[in-house]
Order: sequence, then C-alpha cells, then structure tokens
Amino acid sequence: MNWLLDLAPDEWNAVRLSIKVATVAMIASLPPGILIALVLARGQFWGKTLLNGLVHLPLILPPVVTGYLLLLTFGKRGPAGAFLAEHFGIVFSFRWTGAALACGVMGFPLMVRAIRLSIEAVDRKIEAAAGTLGANPLWVFGTITLPLTLPGLIAGAILSFAKAMGEFGATITFVSNIPNETQTLPSAIYTFTQVPGGDAGALRLTLISIVISMAALVASEVLARRVGRRMDIE
Amino acid sequence: MTVQVDISHRLGNFAVNARFESAGRLTALFGPSGSGKTTLINLIAGLIRPDKGRIAAGGRVLVDSDAGLFVPKHKRRIGMVFQDARLFPHMSVASNLRYGRWFTPAAERYADINGVVELLGIGHLLDRRPAKLSGGEKQRVAIGRALLASPKLLLMDEPLASLDEARKAEILPYIERLRDETKIPIVYVSHSIAEVARLASDVVVLMQGKVAASGPTGAIMQRLDLLPAEERGEGGAVLDAAVLRHDEAFGMTVLGSLAGEIRVPLLATPLGAPVRVRIRARDVMIATEHPVGLSALNILPGTIVAIEPGEGPTVEIGLDCNGATVLARITEQSRQTLRLRLGRKVFAVVKTVSFDRANTGAGLPAEADG
Repeated sequence: MNWLLDLAPDEWNAVRLSIKVATVAMIASLPPGILIALVLARGQFWGKTLLNGLVHLPLILPPVVTGYLLLLTFGKRGPAGAFLAEHFGIVFSFRWTGAALACGVMGFPLMVRAIRLSIEAVDRKIEAAAGTLGANPLWVFGTITLPLTLPGLIAGAILSFAKAMGEFGATITFVSNIPNETQTLPSAIYTFTQVPGGDAGALRLTLISIVISMAALVASEVLARRVGRRMDIE
Repeated sequence: MTVQVDISHRLGNFAVNARFESAGRLTALFGPSGSGKTTLINLIAGLIRPDKGRIAAGGRVLVDSDAGLFVPKHKRRIGMVFQDARLFPHMSVASNLRYGRWFTPAAERYADINGVVELLGIGHLLDRRPAKLSGGEKQRVAIGRALLASPKLLLMDEPLASLDEARKAEILPYIERLRDETKIPIVYVSHSIAEVARLASDVVVLMQGKVAASGPTGAIMQRLDLLPAEERGEGGAVLDAAVLRHDEAFGMTVLGSLAGEIRVPLLATPLGAPVRVRIRARDVMIATEHPVGLSALNILPGTIVAIEPGEGPTVEIGLDCNGATVLARITEQSRQTLRLRLGRKVFAVVKTVSFDRANTGAGLPAEADG
C-alpha cells in the first residue's frame, strides 16, 4: 500500500491543481451557463440555431482544435487575451487559469444542455401565477424558475466538473504541460507513460483520478436526492 | 368597484368580442366551454394582451390599446385563483401563502395572515408541501395565497371544476364567506349553473365569445334560453329567502320568501340569516287547484306570466308568485290538458327533497355600500 500513498510533490501538485482547475471551471461556467440555457430554452430570436451550434462546438470539434482556437483568441497575442491582460491583468496563456478556461469551455455544452432541459421542464403556468402575485420577471426567475431548476443545475455542474477532471487535449494544446502550473492529472499521467519506469506513478494517479470522480458522482447523487425530497417531486 | 371590459381578441379562428361592466360583489362569467370565459379573465389578469380594447378596474385603466397602455400583470394588484391551483411545489404552504406579501407595498397590505388562515380553515396545513395536499386543500391554499397579496380585485377561473362533488361542497362555503366577509370584489368564471346561482350577485353570460346577457343573478337565471343545452335541466328560478324557523323534529328548515314559505332539508344557518335557493324548473309541478292528499310540502300560488316552447315535448312556464318568479318545465301535453294560458292562476308544487346542498347556499347579506 505504501507505494500508493507515497506521492511525489509534483504528483500532489497535479492532484491539487486538477481539483482547483475543475472547481474554478465549474463555478465560473455557472452564470453564463444559466444565462445561455435560459436564452436557448425561452428565447425566440434570429440566430438561435447558430448560438446553439456555437455552444455545442467544443463537443463536436477535436479537443486539440478547441485548444488551438483558444490559443489564437486568448493567447498573449490573441485579441481577447491581449485585451484582458492589458485592462484586467488576467493572463491565460501557460497559467492554471488557462487550464481552467479550457476545461470550462469543454464542459460548457454539457452544462448548458442539462440546465436547458430542466428550465424547459418548469411549468410556465406556475411562473404566471407568481406574476399575478406581484413578482416582476426577475423575481419570478429568482424565486420560482431557478429553485425549480436546481436538480438540473446540480447535474450540469457535476458534468462540467467531471469533464474538467478528464480534460486533456484542449488544455495541453492551450497551456501546455508545465509541472506545478498547468500539469493537471491527465497531463501528469500522460507524462508518466512517456518516461521509462513511470508505470507506478501513472497507476497511482489513475487510481486517485477514479476516487475523485466517484466521490463527485456520489456527492451529486446525494445532493440531487436531497433537493428532490425537499421539493416532493415524486 | 366597477370592472369595465370592452375588448376584441382573436386566438386562431376563435374571436372574443366582449363588452360588459359590473359592480357586483361576485360577478360570474358564465357560459359553456369554449365561450371565451377564461380568455376574458386572463385578459383582466394581464396574462394575455388583447388585440384591441380597454379594460379598467376601480377607475384604474389597465389596458387601452388606443393609448398603447398595458399594465403588466405584476403591477395590477389583481389576485387570481386558477383551476389547477398552481401552488409553488418547492415551498411549504406557509411560504406559498406569504409569497405575495413581499411584493405588496406595506401601506397597501390589508390582508392578515391569521385571518385568512382562519377564514379558509388551513391552519393545520401550514408546514406541509403542496404535493401532500388534497385537491380541495390545494384550492383553499391557492385562494389564501391570492388573498394575502392584498388584491384590489380577485379573479377565480373555474376554481371548483377539477374537484369532485364532495370537494366542491367543502369549498363552496369558503367562497361564500370570502364574498360576504371580505370587501374584495370577485370575478368568477364558471360553466356550472349550480355554482353561479349559489354564489353570484351578478352574471355575465358569454356565448361564442360574445356577451349574450348580463345583469343581476335572479333576472339572468330565469332565462332558460341563455343556458347551454347540457345545463338546461339545471336551470330554474333563484329566490332570495331568509330562515324563519327550524323544524328539528322533521329535520327541516322553513324559509320565508316573497313567494311564500319554502321547506328545505335542515340547514345549519341561524334564524333570520339570508339563504339563496335555486328551484330547478324540472322539479316544479303545476296544479290548477290547491292540491290535497299530496306529499309535496311546498305549494306556492302564482299567475302564469310566460309560456315558452322548450326542448322536445316540453314547455317552460313562468309564474309570478307574489312578485317572485318561479319557473316550471312541463310537457306540452300537460299544458293542453290543464288548459294553461297566460294570466291563469295556478299553484307551483315543489318537493322538499328536490332541494339539495348544491342548490341551497348562504344568501348575500343586504348590501350596505351597494
């Protein structure tokens, strides 16, 4: 058992980094994810199909392509990257923030899909009832729509987190594979498999990866069940 | 408070062109399904925007298409009770009830939570979730929720239609209390004569999207021609009466009305209290002489003032019983055999057992403020 827990500092960092990147990617995706899901579920506008396609693009494109597009846009010389660095001091290229961005983008379609489905399932008649009680549309959204969407929000968030834990292609293309900065679990495992005698390390990280993913899944199940019971959705 | 509606609205190939005005305490929008009742009430609530027209309530203009005015539903202060209660499933009953209070300016909150809970008898439900309530309980909570937003007008869209008879009987007295004990004017959509006759002070009859008639309940209910075919058997006169005495020994209550004394099955209503009875035309027999040796207890003398052909073999006879109108439906054969004609003095005979809970309800108390 000893060899399993005896992680090198770099390996620990990969674990910590992966969790940090996945958490930040998940939390940062939620507000835009809810907004886009709402627009797609309720909006009637020209270009809706285009927006839907754009959101789903990372799901269809090879991850390497997504990573390269991110590099072009959010890299040091990319239009968005240069703008953010200059005005807000946010730098993505070769930083863990870049890894989080790549993971967030890759998980975005999964999150939006889950939230959109649960927004579409909300009975609009109940929202109308809230309106007759004096709640303006913003209050209706905050007190009726959003709470009723909670199971979908949890599912979307967990999917985004899980995707981020496993993201490899886009991340390594966009921010490379720098130990202690952008080397997430998959990158670290990949590195181990590329060097002689790295099998034990790869296996250690693989097991840790499995444990984290299972824990996230169980947590989401428990959370969803608790929310479901609270709402008496039988 | 007066509600004024004058709108035209088109939904697919169905058009509503309605104009009415009512200052009644409980105005019923009455008509068969598909007559545009729900469209009208949704227009008043602000759930739909009319193609053209004007809606005002209590002097406040809510919609005026010519002026480009449309007050959104959350600013109307109009409460609505839906056929499907539409409670918020993620909130407890207490939270559902309190929801509207948040959005009511403090100075305009007149509804008191304890009073409403007591009025509707929902105190024992406060901690429950809507999913754990029966249909009747849900509807009572929905009424309470609408009241606690302190509305200036309360709309009820067939609140009893999805309930069985027992649940209806459970809720009707609460709606009567609502009508008599609160000051909120109510607009009530229904396709049931029993409900309208029992609850309404005024009736607007809708047919195919148009107002066919409107006026006080008593006057409208006598017009059997206004009733949809499937409800015609329920049609009849509505009499406002008062409790004269209770006959506990025989389990009866004696009511005094313009037409004379009426015996109905025992009511729990106190002496002197107003009671409204509906006498179905099909339950009324006509005798040319004061009958003897007859089991029926209610014998009301009157004069024939109307004879209208009814459906199939029937004719509808209108009687003036000392100022009150009583309707009878008999066969054409009986009419000819008895040689009934206008102006003839006859006796209307009604069995006590033809009065049931559905057509005997609390009467409207005498109006103080019009």
